[in-house]
Amino acid sequence: MSGYKLLFSKVKLCKWTRPLNAGVVRRGVATTPSSYSPRVCVVGSGPGGFYTAQHLVKARQDIEVDIYERLPVPFGLVRFGVAPDHPEVKNVINTFTQTANHARCRFYGNVNVGKDVSVEELRRAYHAVILSYGAEGNRSMGVPGEDLPGVYSAKDFVGWYNGLPRCRELSPDLSCETAVILGQGNVALDVARVLLSPLDILKKTDITQPTLEALAESQVRRVLIIGRRGPTQIACTIKELREMVNLPGTKPEMVAADFEGLSEALKDVPRPRKRLTELLLKTAVDVPGEKEQERRSKASRTWGFRFFRSPVEVLADTEGGRTAGIRLAVNRLEGSGDGARAVLTGEVEDVSCGLVISSIGYKSIPIDSSVPFDSHKAIVPNTMGRVQQTTGLYCSGWLKTGPTGVIATTMNNSFDTARSLVEDMDSGTLDVSAARPGSQSICALLEERGVKPVTFSDWEKINSVETRRGEAVGKPREKLLSVEEMLQVARA
Amino acid sequence: MAAAAAVRSSMGLTLRLSRVIPDCSSCPLSRSKSCVNSAASLQRNGSFDNCRTINRHLQTTIGLYHSEEGSSNAEDPEDVVNVVYIDRSGKKTPVKAKVGDNVLYLAHKNGIDLEGACEASLACSTCHVYVDSAHFDKLPEPEEREDDMLDMAPMLQENSRLGCQIILTPELDGIQLTLPKVTRNFYVDGHVPKPH
Repeated sequence: MSGYKLLFSKVKLCKWTRPLNAGVVRRGVATTPSSYSPRVCVVGSGPGGFYTAQHLVKARQDIEVDIYERLPVPFGLVRFGVAPDHPEVKNVINTFTQTANHARCRFYGNVNVGKDVSVEELRRAYHAVILSYGAEGNRSMGVPGEDLPGVYSAKDFVGWYNGLPRCRELSPDLSCETAVILGQGNVALDVARVLLSPLDILKKTDITQPTLEALAESQVRRVLIIGRRGPTQIACTIKELREMVNLPGTKPEMVAADFEGLSEALKDVPRPRKRLTELLLKTAVDVPGEKEQERRSKASRTWGFRFFRSPVEVLADTEGGRTAGIRLAVNRLEGSGDGARAVLTGEVEDVSCGLVISSIGYKSIPIDSSVPFDSHKAIVPNTMGRVQQTTGLYCSGWLKTGPTGVIATTMNNSFDTARSLVEDMDSGTLDVSAARPGSQSICALLEERGVKPVTFSDWEKINSVETRRGEAVGKPREKLLSVEEMLQVARA
Repeated sequence: MAAAAAVRSSMGLTLRLSRVIPDCSSCPLSRSKSCVNSAASLQRNGSFDNCRTINRHLQTTIGLYHSEEGSSNAEDPEDVVNVVYIDRSGKKTPVKAKVGDNVLYLAHKNGIDLEGACEASLACSTCHVYVDSAHFDKLPEPEEREDDMLDMAPMLQENSRLGCQIILTPELDGIQLTLPKVTRNFYVDGHVPKPH
């Protein structure tokens, strides 16, 4: 009897009107659970989570997908990782919004899986659980001085300029002339671009207001982007390199010797690496034409790659309080191509700088002790997205393969996991014959624990406020910067 | 659906025979703001293009994607471009398209699983397709930005292009577009798992 009451107190529509609403887009309204629908939940609402959900609702007409997200706002790294001056990359949000508004998909924000509800509890409520919570930790350099003021992980620096609530207090000190970035991937170039872009460009993006204020006071005029290996091992892609080369008000400054013998070595290299290296060579070594010469002479900011260097120590100033420089070991390369290794030569070199940003990779962390975790690779051990040694548990996105790749990579990866899950349902490996309560029981648990989920239409309120505030200042949005403010708007 | 198709074909038949400006007063859409003819005066004589609106409104949207400009149910034979999409399992889907259609949005309208994450703004490579050899050279050279994004696509081949950049022309009639197979064991670092 109490279960019956629970059923009808928690839901707004009753069973016999559901067929009329099937296929109709409705937002944030609970529908009566139909007993034999396979129910699946996804943990994480970034590209990993959303692409998995998208594939699942399309693949089977009976599957219902609930997406749980820790923050009140969805979209993960699309919102907090993609650089502010790459707005087209964020268009994927429209696809994700369609998925969230699908009749058989529901979004529950402000739910911390691992703290507010356990993975075990999710596994009891759903036929399958897919972990797509990405990589929120970072790889540390592991060198002395790493904790000095002035040293930041790129993950935190990017989180700061993109308005990630937990990075709000970062307040990086930009009062030095030279900034050093360790790592030469796309994230490193994003950071360099944000440090050196003319403010006129940045102030029209969704970069946060505090960041704009800090950049307006910034003294940074020179950014060195440092890698352990050589020019043909850089991990960035050509689009980002071209953006640096064409960045207004800046000029490249590199060491010609680093590029010796490179053009000959390019003959049999695959096209992406070839084009990238050709652009790099042209920028670093070739004598520029008249127009470019003039542009460079007027540039007030410089950037450059430095190769064959690994960090060994961050050096403090004489008072010992702040970053004053970085000590780098000089390497030589053994082997070539992707497999080339950096080998210490024994030499070291000191570079003066006041800002050190390590961009050497993100790292997944375990969020629940019941989930197997490979701490060496920092992923959940899996085979084609199926978590090893268990059934009904899957993973997708960076948690599955490690934190590399762009949105397209994660998309393929997520579709693969979704296919594995659908295969398991179709073949009977995953038993979906018995009913599972799904969000009904989870929402009841959350209510007992004083946790109130944010629905997708609540997010739309936040979205409206941000867009409106942005319009007033010529930006696509002015992001809300704290969870409290987000919840305030969501509950309004 | 059948009634709609009958209406469409009967209108087409009438126009082809008489080559006159369509009589909009009989069309239910003429009073709605969405018909292109209601606002503008009819400039083109006997052009079937003016009735493209009808086709667009009577079509249903397939899957999760919204309709884009350009009908894919052309009736004028000079405008028809036959396209074949070959999906990852090898299944062929022939589509009767129209000159000017965009290959990505055409795929969406016909239920082909071609993603377009950045919505045709050359900021991703999710609409990567292989073009058959007979038609590859008939495409205009890719601009630098397309080449840059193609460089990021997994399983890049000589005949790779981004679907969102292919606009159909009459000489592309018969074009075959294959979706790249993304292997089941797809590891971003190229790692191939050892069989156990």
